[in-house]
Amino acid sequence: MESTYYNREDLKKFGDISTFQKKLGDKFFDYYDSVFEEGALTAREKSLIALAVAHAIQCPYCIDAYTSGCLSKGADEEQMMEAVHVSAAIRGGASLVHGVQMMDQVNEKLM
Amino acid sequence: MSLATLKRQNHTLGSPEGQMEQLDDVESINIQSFTSRLVEIGLFPLKPTRIDILQINVGKMCNQVCKHCHVDAGPDRKEIMTRETMHQCLEAVANSSIKTIDLTGGAPEMNPNFRWFVEELSALGKEIIVRCNLTIILANPTYNDLPEFFKKHRIHVVSSLPYFSARRTDAQRGEGVFEKSIRALEMLNAVGYGKTDSSLQLDLVYNPSGAFLPGDQAGLEQEFKNKLKDGYNIEFNSLLAITNLPVSRFLEYLVNSGNYEMYMSELANAFNPSAAMGVMCRSTVSVGWDGYLYDCDFNQMLELKVKAPDHISQFDLTDLTNREIILNQHCYGCTAGAGSSCGGTLTE
Repeated sequence: MESTYYNREDLKKFGDISTFQKKLGDKFFDYYDSVFEEGALTAREKSLIALAVAHAIQCPYCIDAYTSGCLSKGADEEQMMEAVHVSAAIRGGASLVHGVQMMDQVNEKLM
Repeated sequence: MSLATLKRQNHTLGSPEGQMEQLDDVESINIQSFTSRLVEIGLFPLKPTRIDILQINVGKMCNQVCKHCHVDAGPDRKEIMTRETMHQCLEAVANSSIKTIDLTGGAPEMNPNFRWFVEELSALGKEIIVRCNLTIILANPTYNDLPEFFKKHRIHVVSSLPYFSARRTDAQRGEGVFEKSIRALEMLNAVGYGKTDSSLQLDLVYNPSGAFLPGDQAGLEQEFKNKLKDGYNIEFNSLLAITNLPVSRFLEYLVNSGNYEMYMSELANAFNPSAAMGVMCRSTVSVGWDGYLYDCDFNQMLELKVKAPDHISQFDLTDLTNREIILNQHCYGCTAGAGSSCGGTLTE
């Protein structure tokens, strides 16, 4: 069997985390299910947010799960890619905004 | 883009035997059999509740060759219901409690006796549904007046539009289909179909353009309504979200794309006992182009005839209501999530 850090089959076993700690696992999944219900945001909007976050945290399980989730909920390819760009923009912006810290340091240290 | 039907290709999955062999094998994809799942919830043997819909497949000929088609329909299919078989259908429903006649195909309008059949059914006072693929209205000038014909007989029009953009619609139904579908919808709207101030019912059918399950029907309907109104000034009544069943061309797609095991697991894991209670085969009988009777249009394509007198010439509602419905793994498609039927989802 191929040995990798990530195994696609593990996604199906996500629910098994409750085996070692049922009470906390059950609480987590109850909360998780509630989060993704229709609310002030639609289920489709929540899936698109989840897809963007999945790319930000670079979780391959989440990317698979929310690609399917977005398709099921009727999101189109443009919406999904725009969500990924939101993720990229925030990640890129988060690096770049620290450039101000760098500039401050530079200004402090240089004559 | 022109695709050949599986039958024309002599493809293994173009035959009912090849499909049944694939569907029968639950061990290699590690899912529970559908029958044993029904045993667990006390719903086996599955029997009808009350039959009030007769779905009639008037032929497999179609002007389109959609990638997901469970009928394997196309221009090269010659199986067409004769007027004699239509007469038998009329005799069967004339004095029966069947309320609704659901005409499907292929493109049902391509049957040369289609209009005569609709007129006869209309005279019997039955509610008539026509599953119109939209593009047929523009396929030939002789079909251009279909919206007026539908209106005259107050047909309930149900039309497939898998998505509100050309890319995904054309990928499933053929190049240029989206644009033609929009033009056909404009023609239906123009005679009053789907308009808020009209009673002429126009429903759209959404089915996923790939190996995933449909999402919430109400959410999809709102999205379709917004996109079609804003982008094309198109109106319709309801969106019916239908799950693709692993039969014929969609089964071939799943197997060839390597998605079969994943898709079947997803269907089986999403089994919903409430949806199973309301599956359409409990209230519908399906008639094939040659008059044979089936539990549903999918069993028809798998050539699984009803466990009762099995021809329209022997139509007996009592026998049919007492019959045991034939099941296999494709039935998971109707019981997954919110459930699926020709009328959309089965549960709230």
